[in-house]
Amino acid sequence: MRTRAAGAGTLALLASLLVPVRAEAHLVTTGLGPVYDGIGHLLLTPEDLVPIVALALYAGLRGARAGRLALFILPVAWIAGGLLGLGLGHATSVPVPALSFILFGLLVAADAKLPDGAVAALAGVLGLVHGFLNGPALAGAGPGALGLLGIAAVAFVLVAPASALVVSLKAPAARIAVRVAGSWVAAIGLLLLGWAFRTRGIGPALPGILVG
Amino acid sequence: MRAAPARRRPSPEGLVALLVLALAMAPARAHIQAGEVGGFLSGFKHPISGLDHVLAMVSVGLWGAQLGAPAMWLLPVVFPMVMAFGGFLGLVGVPLPGVEIAIALSAVLLGLAVAREARPPLPLAAALVGVFAIFHGHAHGTELPPGQSGILYSIGFVVATGCLHLTGIAIGLVHRWPWGRIALRVAGTLVTVAGLGFLWKAIR
Repeated sequence: MRTRAAGAGTLALLASLLVPVRAEAHLVTTGLGPVYDGIGHLLLTPEDLVPIVALALYAGLRGARAGRLALFILPVAWIAGGLLGLGLGHATSVPVPALSFILFGLLVAADAKLPDGAVAALAGVLGLVHGFLNGPALAGAGPGALGLLGIAAVAFVLVAPASALVVSLKAPAARIAVRVAGSWVAAIGLLLLGWAFRTRGIGPALPGILVG
Repeated sequence: MRAAPARRRPSPEGLVALLVLALAMAPARAHIQAGEVGGFLSGFKHPISGLDHVLAMVSVGLWGAQLGAPAMWLLPVVFPMVMAFGGFLGLVGVPLPGVEIAIALSAVLLGLAVAREARPPLPLAAALVGVFAIFHGHAHGTELPPGQSGILYSIGFVVATGCLHLTGIAIGLVHRWPWGRIALRVAGTLVTVAGLGFLWKAIR
């Protein structure tokens, strides 16, 4: 009986997460055109910015080849996801930024030894998902497809020096400092997740779901 | 001897043009995001606003510095994540009994560990710090003010917590000198005494 109740609770939790909501992405109007609007959007949106930096740190920890793969795959995937989002995108209530923070933060903190192909795949997934979620915001009063170019350019410009810097770190203490940064990112993600649950009113129901 | 250059007087046309430019109305381009700065600052201030939290977190750094590598680096990696997990529990409303007592106890025991230069096995030290981290995080999670920007608040919160640890580690580096070791033990004793005060307040 307890198992069935826990299953129903989990189902309710998942259903409430998938309810479409209004996009809350804040678009930046720089007055300098859509490309700069895209640049401003990424630089002023920590939900997108921090996972990119975390990916760059992780790719750097995994070495030069992984860093190069992430550098080129992320912007392309972001544009692809963004174009998809422009066409079919709708906002989701899944706390994607929180999950990205946790995933990439944990990978950095644990210095997880994944193969280069997996790092490339992670870069692709990050770009596709976050780009797709940018879509609804870009499609409305936003800068449109040209804004994606600005976002992808900043992603490239951010990943290149960040991953290269980490690749160059040889002192164990310096690499541990990078891992500490990863643990901070994961910690922020956990708090964001809690915040998302609380904001959507799931919080009060969650203890019962967890306990079953 | 060179003559001093004649001072150029502003022309009336120039002044009028300046005035027109100054009074010309332009649309405001400010990217105002209500509550975001407040969110970061509130989050940053929260961990450093309570002396019990500050003492416990600095003590973690001090103890880590006494223990040396790898504990010195393991604790700052583990603590923020476990504390954030406690914050998550607090945010979603999972109750945790005796939070204030546990926080006061954390100051007592961590201070004692520093005062005695305790050297338990690393997993035990990490577990002790981790358990207390959950209570500290839970207290913060339940106290979060409504209406703040979640992401910036969280960033400020975690950065402040990490800075407290780093402060503790930086102070703890005096451990390499004999006088430094004594100073750290005295500091640990003071933290224990303060923790006992917090404990008395929490139980009363």
